[in-house]
Order: sequence, then C-alpha cells, then structure tokens
Amino acid sequence: MTDHPPAPILVLLETTPNGDLSTSAAGLLGAASRIGVPVALVVAAPGRPQELAEQAAAAGADRVLVVETGALANELTIPHVDALAAAAAAVTPEAVLISNSVDGRDIAARFAARTGAPIAVDVVGVSRDAEGILAHHSVYGGAYEVVSAATFGPLVVTVRQGAVDARAEARPVVLEPLDAAPSGAASATIESFEPAAETSSRPELRGAKRVVSGGRGLGSAEQFALVDELADALGAAVGASRAAVDAGYIPAAHQVGQTGVSVSPQLYVALGISGAIQHRAGMQTAKNIIAVNKDPDAPIFEVADFGVVGDVFTVVPQLISALAERKR
Amino acid sequence: MRIVVLVKEVPDTYGERKLDLETGLADRAASEAVLDEISERALEVALAYADAHDGVEVVVMSMAAERAVPTIRKGLAMGAASAVHISDPGLAGADLGLTARTLAAALRRTGFDLVIAGNLSTDGSGGVIPAMLAELLGVPNATALSSVEIAADSVVGTRDIDGGTMRVSAALPAVISITEALPDARFPNFKGIMAAKKKPFETLGAADLGIEPHDLSVAMSIMTAIAEKPPRSAGVKITDDGDGGVRIAEFLIENRLV
Repeated sequence: MTDHPPAPILVLLETTPNGDLSTSAAGLLGAASRIGVPVALVVAAPGRPQELAEQAAAAGADRVLVVETGALANELTIPHVDALAAAAAAVTPEAVLISNSVDGRDIAARFAARTGAPIAVDVVGVSRDAEGILAHHSVYGGAYEVVSAATFGPLVVTVRQGAVDARAEARPVVLEPLDAAPSGAASATIESFEPAAETSSRPELRGAKRVVSGGRGLGSAEQFALVDELADALGAAVGASRAAVDAGYIPAAHQVGQTGVSVSPQLYVALGISGAIQHRAGMQTAKNIIAVNKDPDAPIFEVADFGVVGDVFTVVPQLISALAERKR
Repeated sequence: MRIVVLVKEVPDTYGERKLDLETGLADRAASEAVLDEISERALEVALAYADAHDGVEVVVMSMAAERAVPTIRKGLAMGAASAVHISDPGLAGADLGLTARTLAAALRRTGFDLVIAGNLSTDGSGGVIPAMLAELLGVPNATALSSVEIAADSVVGTRDIDGGTMRVSAALPAVISITEALPDARFPNFKGIMAAKKKPFETLGAADLGIEPHDLSVAMSIMTAIAEKPPRSAGVKITDDGDGGVRIAEFLIENRLV
C-alpha cells in the first residue's frame, strides 16, 4: 500500500434486490483505498453475511462490518442509517463514502443530519491533502470543477456511480458482525417491490463505458430499435434524449441529461439527437462523442469529436455492417 | 391539511450557467432566474390534491436571495394560498447542512402535514435536502416518487430505484420528493396573477428561526477550489455522401474504440 495515514474510511456497500453487492461497490472501495483504509459496512438480510463479506473483501475492503436485519425488507432508509450510525461510532472514520444512488442519497442525508456531519454530494473523486479529505465535484454538466472539504469532523460523501476508475486490491476476508440498535426514527414502509422486467444483456446506463443514445430523430418506438442494434454491435448501454422519452420511444430510466442520468463514458454515440443544453449537460464529459443528425446546425455537433450530417437510417445500418465486417 | 411545497429559484438551464470564480457562488447575473421545473411539478401535486379536497392549504416555501420574490410569487399565481420566503444575507452560500437546519426550523414554525419537494434541483443536483429534513423533523421520508396518492392521514407512491420499482407508504406528517415523471404544472392565469398580489407573503430572516449562520462550532462543508473547464471544441463534421457509416467505423477503429 502507499504512504497515506491509516485513517479508516467507512464505505457503505448497497445490496441489489436479490441480495448481492451492488456494482457501485468496486468504485467506492477503490476511491476509499486512495485516501485511507477502506472499512466496509454491509446491511444484509439474515443469512447472507459471509457471502457478502467475501464479495466486499474481493473488491478491496480491509474489514467488513455486517449488520444483519430483517427490517430491510419493509422499512425504507432507516435500517441503513441506524447501521451506519453504529458503524461510525465503532470506527470513527475520517470520511463516509456512499453511492449517489436514490437510496444512497437518502441514507447519506439522514446520517449527516443525525450526526451533524457535513455532506458532499454527487462527487466524482476524493483525494487528501495535508489538512484532510477533499471531495471533487463536476458542476453544471462538467463546465466547472469544484473542490470541497469539511471544516472539521468526518465528511459524508456520495459518489457518482461510474465516476471512479480506481480499484482496490482484494484483501483477506475479515468479517465483523455489528449490532445496531434501532433508533425508532419514523420510517416509510416498503409495501412491495417489483424487480425490473428488463432482462437485457446490455450494460447498465449508469457507469457504462459505451453509450448509444437516440432522440426524436428516430421517429417512432419501433424505429428506435436501430439504437438497440448499434448498442449491441458496440456492447454499449442504451440512452435517450428527453424528447425521445417524452415521445414514448423508451422508458424514462434511459434518459441522459440534466434531469436524467449523467454519463461519462469512453464513447458516446448520439443518434437523431439535436443536443439541447440539458442533454449536453448529461453527456459532454464523455471522452469521445459521435453524432449523426440530418440537421447540420444541430447543437450536438458543437461537442462532437466526429459528426455526420445525414440520415440515421442509412448511416447507422452501414456502420453496423462495417463493424460486423471487421469482426469477421 | 397543510401541504408545504419547497420551491427553488435556479439559473435557467436553457442558458449558459456560470459560477463566480472568486466566491464559487452561482453568478445570478449571468443567466435568467426561473422557478425550477421540478418545483413546479411538486406544486402541481399539492394543488391537484387541494382542488379535489376541501380544507387543504398549500404553502410555498423557499430559502433564497431577496431578488427571488417574483419567482416565489409565481407559486402564488399558480394557486398556492401563501408563501414563506427565508431570506438573509448570512445564508448566502449556505451548505446543505445549514440549508436543511434553516428549512426545518421554518417548517416547524409554519407547521405541516406533508412537505413536497423535487427530487433533484437542476443547479445543485444534490437530492439530499428532503431526507435531511425528514431526519431533523422526526418524520418519514418517501423520496423520488414517480406517482403520488395523498390521503387524509397517509401518502403512498411509486419509487423507481436501481433494479426495480417499489411501492412505499408513509403516515403523515411526512416529507416526500417527486420526480419529473409527474405531470407538468399548470400555467398561472391572469386571475391567479391578480389574486397572488393579495395573498400572504411572509419573509423571515435567520434570527427569526433561531439560526446562527456563522456558528463555527457546527461542522460545515466549504469550497476550497474552483476552476472552469475549457469548453469542449467541435471536432470533424462531415456530410454523408454515402459512406458516413464507414467513416464512423474508421474513426472508431483509429481511436481504438472498438
């Protein structure tokens, strides 16, 4: 390991609906390993601790605190906050890292409010200087880089999914069961849960390395299949502009932009997307941007590394066959 | 029932938004200030319920600079019965913790059965204020709802999370946040705009709420550095002459993207 001081960094690892560690775990532990010693906290349904601790250690957790509770199934947010409060009391971390997911934000928010800790949200990286932990933010769609820090005490940080490339080395499994007394804080009740019907083999949009997005230029829900085809040819996730979502071509979960998912992939392909400023705010930090649009004045061309003014229905099929050609 | 809707004035996302590189604060002169669209949708949820039920009072509340008055008044013109504006020079640049403590104090003072906010503002994209308020106020949080059913003593909704969709319910009082899956807001009409001039508009300072903005014994988040990233420049743009798809494939191969 490197020369950083042995400060514990508490990392809350979320679990998926079927009880495995969320894919955000590797990035969170990677980020934590750069600023201190990653101590993981997993709040698990009864019977799962050993398996989850093994997954966490493989992703770089130095120790894995596990709170086993059945409350997860029907109480929203509070069981995690109670577990985090108990873990923080046991570890006295220098920072607490949590995924900037819908649930992660709520847990971080309540924990920060309960303990009076300052909070840095939607962070794209963490580092440390002589004075302590720094949180790096990308603001206004990547137009500004801002750094923040706590005046004192631990900083609660939510980390943007897919933003951290650093990975920690696998560690031996050290499982520490932890008791967390329920706080009795008022909680919403989880009435039911419906797993996402999509059993797509495509990568998830959030954190994807390649994204193909379609806009209103696709013309109809049926014709939007062209976006799926190119995504499959590239092994990419599927995104969309708000216009395509509003037109009903694709569910809202695929929306890229200011009010949708922010992506920062290696490759972003925009098909039939004009590139309203709200859309650009969600994708312009992509390393490489390719755009196809029949309107030569579409603003998407202002940020594209390679733009083709043309009809997506002739350009994209040709691209797909050129890619297939190359694979043979 | 009293429903308090938290609304926020933000720089218009249709324009170029700027941060002041000296202070790190939003450069409010650089762009048009508007009521955040998600705030309008949150207000619509409250107004739609009030339209259909007697005895429902809708209050808009905002912590914002003095100049945000016209933006908050838009909420009155849309149909809210009264407004609470927390405005204090000492609160400029407040971090999330100070913002949540101040809003919680104002909510305790105004009283509420239900607090409705947007899930994420378009400027800060923080998304943590609703749950922070729920913790400080000792009530349940039901956030990121893509559908909402309000009843006399409870609120139920649908919540899209990674991997699926959950139904959640909370007894009132509660704090909820909604997503932009909910309907667009109504437009204020002339009658509403005229009526808004006569509606109660309360302005509160930090001291009115027992908040000391510069209390250094409270841990805060502070900005330590800010830099503007050079704008992305356009690359190659070609017009498809029948080989556009092949040219893209060549670009991908050259740049080792496939």
